[in-house]
Amino acid sequence: MAKNNSDSGISRDVTITNALGLHARSASKIAKLCKKAKSKVCIIKDGNKADASSIIDILTLACAQGSKITLKIDDQSDLEILNDLVQLVESNFGE
Amino acid sequence: MLNANQREIQLHGINASSGICIGKAYLVGREGVDVVDKYFISQEHLKKEIKRFKKAVKKSKDELLSVIEQTPKKIRPHASILEIQMALFKDKRLYAKTIKTIEKELVNAEWAFKKVVSNVKAMFNNMTDSYLQGRAADIIHVSDSIMQNLVGAKTESIAAIDKRVILVATDLSPAETSQIQLEQVKGFVTDRGGKTSHTGIIARTLEIPAVLGLENATRVIKNDDIIIVDGTAGIVIVNPTDQTLIQFEERKDRYEAYKAGIARDSHLPAETTDGVFFQIMGNIELSEEVVSVIDYGGDGIGLYRTEFQYFNRPDFPSEHELFDKYKDVVEVMTPRPVTIRTLDISGDKAVSYASDSYETNPALGLRGIRYCLKKPDIFNTQLRAILRASAFGNVRVLFPMISCLDEVHHAKRMLNEAADSLDKEGVIFNDNIEVGIMIEVPSAAILADVMAKEVDFFSIGTNDLIQYTLAVDRGNAQVAHLYQPLHPAVIRMIKHIADVAGDHDVKISMCGEMSGDPVNMPILLGLGINRFSTNPQSIPTTKSIIRMLNVEDAELFINEVLKETTETGVMELVLSTYGSILFEIGYTE
Repeated sequence: MAKNNSDSGISRDVTITNALGLHARSASKIAKLCKKAKSKVCIIKDGNKADASSIIDILTLACAQGSKITLKIDDQSDLEILNDLVQLVESNFGE
Repeated sequence: MLNANQREIQLHGINASSGICIGKAYLVGREGVDVVDKYFISQEHLKKEIKRFKKAVKKSKDELLSVIEQTPKKIRPHASILEIQMALFKDKRLYAKTIKTIEKELVNAEWAFKKVVSNVKAMFNNMTDSYLQGRAADIIHVSDSIMQNLVGAKTESIAAIDKRVILVATDLSPAETSQIQLEQVKGFVTDRGGKTSHTGIIARTLEIPAVLGLENATRVIKNDDIIIVDGTAGIVIVNPTDQTLIQFEERKDRYEAYKAGIARDSHLPAETTDGVFFQIMGNIELSEEVVSVIDYGGDGIGLYRTEFQYFNRPDFPSEHELFDKYKDVVEVMTPRPVTIRTLDISGDKAVSYASDSYETNPALGLRGIRYCLKKPDIFNTQLRAILRASAFGNVRVLFPMISCLDEVHHAKRMLNEAADSLDKEGVIFNDNIEVGIMIEVPSAAILADVMAKEVDFFSIGTNDLIQYTLAVDRGNAQVAHLYQPLHPAVIRMIKHIADVAGDHDVKISMCGEMSGDPVNMPILLGLGINRFSTNPQSIPTTKSIIRMLNVEDAELFINEVLKETTETGVMELVLSTYGSILFEIGYTE
C-alpha cells in the first residue's frame, strides 16, 4: 500500500475488490463513516475527485470491481477514519 | 354520431399482466411539481426559508420510513431499494448544496432545490452505465417527494385511495408500488415501463391486469374517465361506448369464470380429447420464479433466461454465483427438465460493461451465441456452471441466435472443453447433457435438416423468428401491425422446422409469446409441436385449451390453413373453425 504525505493531506491507494464495486450500498457505508470526519475526505479515481461523504458524488466516479482509487484526508485528526475506510474497502464492505 | 368529448379511444401498449378490469381512472401525476416559481427572499427570512426546506426533507424521510415499515411481506424483497433512497435524503449533493444555494442566491427553497436536483440529474444522465442510470431514478423519486412536501402539493398518496380504481401513471416508482393497497387497485396503466419493469413484475405477482408502455396514457386519460384495461391483449379503452362496455363485461366474466376453473385443473396433465399428452413448461428469468411454474402446474422449465444475473452489476458473475442459482432451480424442478439458455445479451437489454462498442443495428448485431463465442472466458464460465448444475437434476443446455452450422460446432466444442476441464478436476456432472438450439433466425429454420443432425432438440423462439422473417420491429408503432404470428410465411416456416424435427427424431418445443396465445394453438398442434413453454401465468390457459382440442382434427385443419394466402384469411379460418372454443376461454379478437 502506498503512503504519501504530499499535497498537505494524507492519502492511501486501494483497489476495489468487492463484486459490485462502489454501488449505492457500499457508497452509503463510506459516506456514513465520513460523516464523523473533522475535515474533508475525498476519493480520487483517474484524476476525478469526489466528496466521500456524499453517496451521489461517490456514485459519479463509477468505480467497478478492480478500480484503483485514492482515499485522501486533509486533516491529521481524521487518520482513524482513513484507516477505517481502507479496512472497509479491503473487507469487501462485508458483502 | 359520437360525441366528440366522449369518443371511444383505443390505446395499445405492452400486455404486462393478464386479465381484464373496468373502472375509473385515477391519475397519479406529478403535476404541480414541475412548475416552480422563483422569487427572492430577504436576509431576515433566510433562516425561515432554510427551515422550511429542512422540514420538507424530514417529512419526506418520515413518509418513506413509514412506507418501508408498512411494505407488505409479499413484496418486501423489492423494498431494499427504498433503504438506499433513505440515505439519499441527507446527501450533501442534495441537502447541503440546496441550503448553500438558498443562502448564496437568496432564492426560495423550491427554486434552489430544483436547480440542485437538475444538476445532479444531468450528471447521472450523461453516464452510460445502466446501473448508475438506475440510481438517477432513485434520486428523482427522492427529490420528487421532497418537492411535493415543499410546494405543499396535495400528496396524491396511493395509500389513501378510498375507492377501487385503475392507476394511471407515467411510471410507478418502487416506493409508490409498494404502498398500494391491493384491494383498492383494479389495474395498472403506465406511459413507461415494460414487462420486466418493477410495475410489471408486481402486477403479475399480484395477478392484477396491467398494460404498460403506452407512451401517452397520462395525456389521453383524465381522472375519473371510465377505462377498460385488457392486460391479456395489451389494450386500454378510454370512454368506451355502451356496446364496448357490455362486450368487455362479458369477456371479463368469462375470463374470471374460466380462470377459476382452470386453476383447479392446472396440475392435471394437458391431454387432448383424442388422448395425446402435451408437455407445458414455463419460461423464467429469475430463479425465484420457479415456484410459480410449479404452482401453475408446469411440466418443467422450457426456457430459463440467464441474462438477469448479468444486469445491475459492474462486472460478470462468477461460476459459483451462476452455479448457485442454476442449482436452486434444478433442485426444485427435478425430475422435470430445466432448459438453461446460455447468455443472450441483446440490443434491448444491453449490459453496459459488456458492450464494447455502440451498434447502430443491435437486433442484427453482436448478440446471443455470437457474443459468447467472441468472449470465450465468459462463455466457458457459464458452461461450467450449467454442467455442474446438471449433476442435480434434468438439465438441458440451449444455444440462442444460431444462424449457421459453424456456430453449433463451435459452441458444442466449447461445451466439450468445459466438460473435459470439469472431468479433470473430478467435478461431477451429467456427461450426457441434452444440447439444443434456438431456431429464431430464418437461416437456421431453412437449414433445420442440417442442424437436426447436431442437436437433441430445437426450441422455436417465435418472437425473434417472426421479427426476422417479416422484417418487423414490433416495438415500432409505425409497423407493429405487420407483426403477424399467423402470417402464412411464418406458418410455413414453422411447418418446415416441425417436419424436419419429426423426420430426424429431434425433440421440438416452442417458447415465445406465440405459444402463450390460445388463438394460435389449433395451428401449432396441427403442425406437430408437442411441447410448449410460456410464461408461468399462461400455463393453466395453455393446458386447458389443449384439453379442448383434438390432434387428428388439428392435422386436417392445418391442410386448410396452408391454403390460405393472407394473415386475415388464416385468422378468419381459425375463428370460424375454433371460434366457440376460443369464446369459451374468454378470447375475442
